[in-house]
Amino acid sequence: MSQQEILAGLAEIVNEIAGIPVGEVELDKSFIDDLDLDSLTMVEVATSAEDKFGVRIPDENLKDLKFVRDAVDFIEKAGVAA
Amino acid sequence: MSSADTLNAPSEAGAFAGHADDVVVTGIGALTPLGPDAPSLWQGLLAGANGTRPLEQDWAAQLAVRFAAQLSVEAEEKMAAEILPHQRRRLDRVQQMALVAAREAWADAGKPEVEPERLGVCVTSGIGGITTLLDQYDVLKERGPSRVSPHTVPMLMPNGPAAVVALEIGARAGLHVPVSACASGSEAIVMALDMIRLRRADVVVAGGSEAVLHPLPISGFATMRALSTRNDDPASASRPYDKGRDGFVIGEGAGVIVMERRCDAEARGATIYGVVAGAGLSSDAHDVVAPEPTGAGAARALAGSLRDAGLEPSDIAHVNAHATSTPLGDIAEVLAMRKALGPAVENLVVSATKGSTGHLLGAAGAVEAIATLLALRDRLAPPTRNLDDQDDAVDLDIARLDPRPLRSGPLAAVSNSFGFGGHNVSIAFRSS
Repeated sequence: MSQQEILAGLAEIVNEIAGIPVGEVELDKSFIDDLDLDSLTMVEVATSAEDKFGVRIPDENLKDLKFVRDAVDFIEKAGVAA
Repeated sequence: MSSADTLNAPSEAGAFAGHADDVVVTGIGALTPLGPDAPSLWQGLLAGANGTRPLEQDWAAQLAVRFAAQLSVEAEEKMAAEILPHQRRRLDRVQQMALVAAREAWADAGKPEVEPERLGVCVTSGIGGITTLLDQYDVLKERGPSRVSPHTVPMLMPNGPAAVVALEIGARAGLHVPVSACASGSEAIVMALDMIRLRRADVVVAGGSEAVLHPLPISGFATMRALSTRNDDPASASRPYDKGRDGFVIGEGAGVIVMERRCDAEARGATIYGVVAGAGLSSDAHDVVAPEPTGAGAARALAGSLRDAGLEPSDIAHVNAHATSTPLGDIAEVLAMRKALGPAVENLVVSATKGSTGHLLGAAGAVEAIATLLALRDRLAPPTRNLDDQDDAVDLDIARLDPRPLRSGPLAAVSNSFGFGGHNVSIAFRSS
C-alpha cells in the first residue's frame, strides 16, 4: 500500500472519529496540537487503523506517533513486515 | 467583593432585604420533555402541557412500562445540532444533555468574565452514563474486549456530565458531583451555594442531567413497582396528588443554573432571576427506598432551609413539591409540609410540576429550581397536570388547571427534592 493510500485511509478514520475534514489530515500535522485529538481519541484512531490496515500498533509505539507522518510511516513498515 | 463577616447574617431590614453577599441566579438552561430551553419549559408548565409519550423503540415492546417523559422533538433537534456526530462517540447522552443546558445557562448569564480559578461546576446525575455501560457490555460480549471503546469510563462515570461542562467553560475552582438519586440536582445547587458562601468560588454552574431510557433501568424501576403502568394513556400517567396516581413516570432531561454573588451580578449588570436564600438537608435512615411515612426527615430539611434563609413559614408563598405521583411519597411530603410550616401551610400555593415533566430523576431538582425561580419572577404557581380528583389526604392548596397568581409583596418559595437512599433536600428561594 502506498503512502498516499495509507494517508487517505487514515484521514477517513480521523474524520469519522474526530470530525476533522479529510483534507486537513496532512503528513506534517500533529495529532494533538494541530488536529486537537485527545489521548483517548488517539487510542480510538489507533484501534481503527489496526483494523483497516491489518497491523498492530502496540502502546509503546502509539506514544511515539505524534505527527500524521509518524503514523503513516509506522503503518507502511508494519504492513510490509506483516 | 464585600467582606465575609456579614456572611449569612440577615440584615435588620428583614429577610427580604437584598444583601451584597446574597447568592443569586443569573442564568438558566433546560433541555426537557417540554422543550429545548428554559422558556419553553416554563411555557409548557404554565400551559399544563404533557411531556410523556409512548416508547416507540423495538426494545420497549416487551416491557411492563412502555412510555416515558422523553425529550421533546425540538429538544432532540437542538441537541443533534449542537453535538456533532463524532462528539457523540465520546459523550454519553447524559453528558450531551448537560452540555446543551449548561451552554444555554452560561449564555443566558452573559458569560460572566471570571478567573478560571474562581469558577466552579456542580453538575450531577442520579445514575450517570448507564446506557454507555450497558451498550459497551454488549460490545464486550458480542465483539470481544479489544472492541470496548476507550471512551467507556469517562462516558459512564457519574461525574462525566460535570467534567464536560467544566472543560467547556474552563472551570478550575472545583468540580463537585453529589449523587443522591432523585435529590441529586437539588443537592448540586446546595453544594454550589456552599462553594460561593465559603468563598471557594465566585461563580458556579450547577444542575443535573439524566438519561436512563434503556430497558434495564426502566425494568428495574418497574419491578420495584415505582412506575405508573398506565400504558393505555401515558399522557395522564403522571398525576401527583390525584386519587388515581399509581407511580411515577420515568423521564430524561437536564437543568443548569449559573450562581454568583449579588454584588458581582449587579456590578456587571446581569439579570437576576432570584436569590438562593438557604438550604436544608437531612437523611431518613428508615428504608433504602420507601419514604419515612410521617415525613419527619423531609420536614427537618424543609425547616432547615427556612432557618438557613432567615425566613419564617409565613414568608413562603409557594412550594414546588417533589410529588412524583407515587401513593406513599406524595402523602409523606404533605405531612412534612404541615409539620415544618405549621398553620402557614394554609396560605401558600403548591405546584407538582412532575405532572407535566415526568420525573427527571437526578435532573428533577435543577429543573424544578428553575420552575420555582420563574414562579417567583412571574408571580405565578404553575398548574399540576392531571390533578382531576385530589386525594383526601392532600389537604393543601394545590394549583390545578390554570396558573395561580401568588400574593403581593416580596416572595419566597421552596423546592423540595427527595431521593432513594433517604435523601431530603429543600432549597429556599427569594424574589429579591
